[in-house]
Amino acid sequence: MARERDALITGIGLVSCLGEGTDAHRRALQQFTPVVDAASFAPFPLHPLAPLEFDRQIPKRGDQRQMEPWQRIGTYAAGLALESAGIKGDAALLSRTEMIVAAGGGERDPAVDEAILSALPSAPDPDAFLNERLMGELRPTLFLAQLSNLLAGNISIVHGVVGSSRTFMGEESAGADAVRIACARIAAGQGDLFLIGGSNNAQRPEILLHYQMGRMLWQRPYAPVWARQADGGGMVLGSLGCFLVIESRAHAEARGATVLAAIAAIGTDRCRRQPGDAAANAARQLEAMRGLLDISAAAVISGASGATLTTAEERAFLDGIGVPLRAAATALGHSMEPSFPAAVALAAIAVADGRLFPPLEPAEAPMDAPLRQALVTGWGHWRGEALALVTEA
Amino acid sequence: MAAELDHAGRPVVVVTGLGMLTSLGQGVAENWRRLTAGESGIRRISRFPVTGLRTTIAATVDYLPLAAPSSAALSQVMADLAAQEAIVAAGLPVDDFPGPLLLALAPVEMEWPQRQAIAAACGTGPVTYADLLRTAGSGTFTRYYERFLFGSVAEALADRFGTKGSPIGTSTACASGATALQLGLEAIRRGETGAALCIGTDGSVNPEALIRFSLLSALSTRNDPPAAAARPFSKDRDGFVMAEGAAALVLESLAHAQARGAEILGVLEGCGERADSFHRTRSSPDGKPIIACMAEAIADAGLSPDDIGYINAHGTGTPENDKMEWLGVSAVFGARGSSLPISSNKSMIGHTLSAAGAIEAAFTVLTLREGLLPPTINYETPDPALPVDCVPNIARPLRVTHALSNSFGFGGQNVSLVFGAVPA
Repeated sequence: MARERDALITGIGLVSCLGEGTDAHRRALQQFTPVVDAASFAPFPLHPLAPLEFDRQIPKRGDQRQMEPWQRIGTYAAGLALESAGIKGDAALLSRTEMIVAAGGGERDPAVDEAILSALPSAPDPDAFLNERLMGELRPTLFLAQLSNLLAGNISIVHGVVGSSRTFMGEESAGADAVRIACARIAAGQGDLFLIGGSNNAQRPEILLHYQMGRMLWQRPYAPVWARQADGGGMVLGSLGCFLVIESRAHAEARGATVLAAIAAIGTDRCRRQPGDAAANAARQLEAMRGLLDISAAAVISGASGATLTTAEERAFLDGIGVPLRAAATALGHSMEPSFPAAVALAAIAVADGRLFPPLEPAEAPMDAPLRQALVTGWGHWRGEALALVTEA
Repeated sequence: MAAELDHAGRPVVVVTGLGMLTSLGQGVAENWRRLTAGESGIRRISRFPVTGLRTTIAATVDYLPLAAPSSAALSQVMADLAAQEAIVAAGLPVDDFPGPLLLALAPVEMEWPQRQAIAAACGTGPVTYADLLRTAGSGTFTRYYERFLFGSVAEALADRFGTKGSPIGTSTACASGATALQLGLEAIRRGETGAALCIGTDGSVNPEALIRFSLLSALSTRNDPPAAAARPFSKDRDGFVMAEGAAALVLESLAHAQARGAEILGVLEGCGERADSFHRTRSSPDGKPIIACMAEAIADAGLSPDDIGYINAHGTGTPENDKMEWLGVSAVFGARGSSLPISSNKSMIGHTLSAAGAIEAAFTVLTLREGLLPPTINYETPDPALPVDCVPNIARPLRVTHALSNSFGFGGQNVSLVFGAVPA
């Protein structure tokens, strides 16, 4: 690939339980203390979003009212990313900023759901009752606050990003493919400036309900990702928003952007998840970037969700690489769609600093050598395997 | 055909397989026959009781048996059938597709029957989410968990057709189908793959989805007779009609298609896209994003507006959409706008939402191939503000070389595609 078509990270917008912005995350990871809400949805611990002044990135209250929390979190993080890249409010650049959002969606009005479910069994005509209640009680704007592509829509409205707007759906893979497609388009000259990312609101009963149906959630007191595995594993979800500004080297240099790191390589794939399938995908991805990898100066930022079998297989694979590793979800919680962008963000921060943050739990080794590269894994809790190599720019 | 590279030095991208099903029936041939005969697939909803609803019609796909009905399940089955038809037509193996899957679909979500089933398992009396959470982990509901993962439909299709790499599920509201094609076009132009399987599917007609659109006042309430409800470009248009369906298009680089001796059905010559920052459900009053989107698609194809001979309109039949689409067309095509044929498939098959961009792209390919423009039916009361040639009511034989297909959606989504006929 021509050097001027390298994909560089020039902006990070990250909000999580650890706070907002790269500095807050850097500080929190130096002296890590988990931020956990064990009570609100007991027995399911989760990582709550740090308090944010939404007005700072979404100045119009009218806009905020049109969004459910997941959209507010994402729109806020997108604003931070644009600010961090120095392009916020630059209409000329934003008019050709290409956006790829990885989104879930579907936040519900729990009170309406509960009232309807409680009354339905005794309603004389349940179907008519359901129609009547939905007609009467759904807020017209709620639909737009649920639609997956309306996070992107809100970012266009609030921040003026209008070059293009695509929303990917598909849990962790959606976030990883957003990064991959942005890098591929930059390499091929199909765009110079990308805003990619997503958001997750874990503090919602219907979100927990979905993963609990699959028995994917950790139900004991908080424990870090690797430590959980001895007791059967499980996910601790986290509220989080993460957007990255990814830019061609030529474009970044021409506008004098501050460069944090490069995404030197990325691969994504899928498999049926028979034992060994995911590791085989990861091994192929690693082999494809082997020539760029310097094991002596590298670490792994793992996107492991904590879900049992997958996390165990990933850990075995990573142990085979033999570099220090950190599980991002131990600190941030598992955030589904934005989990891979967020792990890339942590990798970029560490690479920009030239050192890896301390272990988050005893199962992680310290690293004293300078850090020049980080491998980032994104194995979905159900499907999808991604691997990226983040390097010094 | 001539050169393997286009005017910009990129691989020429061709269509080598089509598959489709809609309320008009299953298969490309049946759909084309009925569409060009001006038949409507819109009917009274029978899937669920419509008591108390303002809109009681839709263009549903009711002829496919589902073991466990849900919008996600129907979307998957329709996508599966459309993809199968397209891949077989392309002469490719049905279980080893040589490229990625790009799938447009509606956001996946659990629906009321499943929510009620979990509530029933909680016992009697009032139900809270805390109760649902306590009950959900019994293992009985694992099937719901998998079904309602956002990635579940794309994963199942990738597995079934052996597509390569990570499948992409995309949702850009009513532009989704066009976005899937755009993603495929870009991947082939990058040289990443020689082929791409692009699908749009939508099986969203359920009570809550219908009510949501109804509460936004987006739907026609002209319930009787159903076939007369969708009236794009008419003065008395009053909204769109929800619809279901799927289409699959096999895209290949010309080189890839020629190397295996595939029949070429059409050329995907260009795409344009522009997001709108004006409003969540309305276009910028000046139409700039729509205008830029169409203009960019035409330029991307290496053409000028004079080269476009037909437009497959987004044409939803809402007062707002048709007005804005005409504004865009008149700006891009100038005085020629009024004599340029522009018709709306939605007058017959309704608005297939996430699938619309793909279904209408497939119809555009057929339009170029067959030399026959599908009509806009129900065009009885022209809107003086929209002086369009909408191919009123009866299909029109006309050989066209280049056609534009528009898709616009909530959230400021605008995508236009340019298709070309196969050079003789």
